[in-house]
Amino acid sequence: MKPTETETTSVDWRSDSGSSADVTRKERLKEIYEAQIRTPAVIAWSDWRTRFGLLIIGVYLLMGLVAVLGLWREPSTSQAPRYLTLFENMNYPLGTTASGTDLMALIIHSTPSILIMITAGAVWATVIAVIIGTVAGYKGGRVDRGLMSFSDLVMAIPGLPLVIILAVTLNPENPVLLGVIINISYWAGLGRSLRSQVLTIRENNYVEASRTMGISTPRIIIKDVIPNLMPYVTVNFVFAARYVMFASVGLYFLGVLPYSTQNWGVTLNFAYSGGALFSLEAAHWLLAPMAAIMGLSLGLILLGQGLDRVFNPRVRTRMAGESKSTAEDDEDTVTEVL
Amino acid sequence: MVNYYVRRTARVFVTVFLVASLTFGLVRLLPGGPFTLLRAQLLRQGVPADEVDARIANLQNIRPDEPLWQQYIDYMLALFQGNLGESISLGEPVVAVIAKAAPWTVFVVLVSTILVFVIGIFIGSLQAYWEGSRFDQLVTGVSISLMSLPFYVVAVIALYIFAYQLGWLPTAGTVSNSVERSLGVPFLVSALKHSILPIVSYTLGAAGGQALAMRGNSIQVLGNDYVQVARLRGLSDRRIATRYVARNAILPMYTGFLLLLGFRLGGTVILEQIFSYTGLGYYMITALNANDYPLMMGTFLVITVALVVGVFIADLTYSRIDPRISAGESDEAY
Repeated sequence: MKPTETETTSVDWRSDSGSSADVTRKERLKEIYEAQIRTPAVIAWSDWRTRFGLLIIGVYLLMGLVAVLGLWREPSTSQAPRYLTLFENMNYPLGTTASGTDLMALIIHSTPSILIMITAGAVWATVIAVIIGTVAGYKGGRVDRGLMSFSDLVMAIPGLPLVIILAVTLNPENPVLLGVIINISYWAGLGRSLRSQVLTIRENNYVEASRTMGISTPRIIIKDVIPNLMPYVTVNFVFAARYVMFASVGLYFLGVLPYSTQNWGVTLNFAYSGGALFSLEAAHWLLAPMAAIMGLSLGLILLGQGLDRVFNPRVRTRMAGESKSTAEDDEDTVTEVL
Repeated sequence: MVNYYVRRTARVFVTVFLVASLTFGLVRLLPGGPFTLLRAQLLRQGVPADEVDARIANLQNIRPDEPLWQQYIDYMLALFQGNLGESISLGEPVVAVIAKAAPWTVFVVLVSTILVFVIGIFIGSLQAYWEGSRFDQLVTGVSISLMSLPFYVVAVIALYIFAYQLGWLPTAGTVSNSVERSLGVPFLVSALKHSILPIVSYTLGAAGGQALAMRGNSIQVLGNDYVQVARLRGLSDRRIATRYVARNAILPMYTGFLLLLGFRLGGTVILEQIFSYTGLGYYMITALNANDYPLMMGTFLVITVALVVGVFIADLTYSRIDPRISAGESDEAY
């Protein structure tokens, strides 16, 4: 709420100085805010999935904050009695491992690096995919063929084995680098589907208008093409993040990735090789990291599904229809059918 | 159209060639060069330097003292003849190790991927028909929770319950040691028993995801005018369901299949390790831990070739399944 108020006042003050162009600019800003931010946010919030997904991700962010601020003890061996089970001792709510390490501390102190890693990986994958997909789709011809052959080549290399080989070669410990390496080839599939969407978008009248006006290609791509893709990109950003988490935890579990900090996969690995499979009294050692992985991926999936609904025009008109009467007729017919 | 097939086939070879070159480059980048470790070890044992070099050349078809381009040509020529070098840790030719391992991986990936699609399509279309019902809500919930479980977590849990605690299924391996390794009923039964857990744990989560995708596609197709028209024409529900809805809803999933195949072939690296299932992925990690670069690169190359061929077949069949498909290239350049 706050940003708009300041925005309005500042623009009002400018319009007093007499230039009428500023008034339209103010209206434009307001319109953009309404269409791009407020309406989607309202719709997103009305879907329980988005709400729940954001809530879960918020909890993990909080956990990361707790770790960064050092509000929970650091994990170390023999800091507690060995093999405490769940809630046996409320100082160590998740129990302890065979070496007497607090599991809660392990889980919490793994969070920051995982969050950084999945963000880095998802940003990398989506940015590259958007660049390749839009340029290939918009330019067409030789550029398109070249870029698509390249992404086909990348798609033909199986992801995890390549990541493993790269991890051994480069020995990355920085979470940002690690996230990028894990998603090194993830963009290819996404780029391909973005390109096929751009193929239809570039036939739109306003794109043609921009082109005849002589506006440069990068500007057309940024102003006219990419906004149309944003919904799809947002949803896939979430899925790319989820993939980074799955893959990284899996590889840590295998003991393939080098680690300097804690990670749920490392905990899982220690539990697995520490014999937690064979006895019930150590089962919590396996379950705690599993629950942490599941929780975050559940949050990401729910958020992705919720966002998917927001950007689905059918659902969108159904939700926004009552408050806004200017829904496009095209969308209305779709609503009617179902 | 013939032109398309020729180009597509050519691309398979180009891809394999480039990936092979990539492995050559990566071997050079690996910590301490390809065989520094082994070389130091042999020299310490008092083996003369000439012999060490000859031995290493034997292992990877590379002579360390030759110029890089010569090494590259030797490497590629050897690959072309199907010679992947010799495994350091197992002391066997890499090709022999891979020939033993590959069938198991292909078996598990193929069966589980087919199951993923059959289950996903079946459940998803049922959900779409009963959209909003109790069944739909329940299955959607189950699918989402299954999706949020990585397959290796499912695998560990399944191993814990069914193999270690209940003892119903074997904990490791592809067939039990007591069974003779020839095609017969006891061999097949044993192989099946060993593969149940890997296949099931590799299928569950992905099937949930496919069911959700199929549900979305079907709902979209159900809203189309031609389905309404088909209803008005009085066609039987069954005909509408199979000919009109299912066909159109499945098609978009077919392209996703290509991507899925790649992820799933790569995922066996983790899956096979958990079940000690001696397929390609298992040997890749074994090789990695033993610094056995020839075996590691060999498995990587073979997994890639398997994927390239799989995608190739899927691509060629796609235009047969969907007659509307065009070459998919935009010739008009802006």
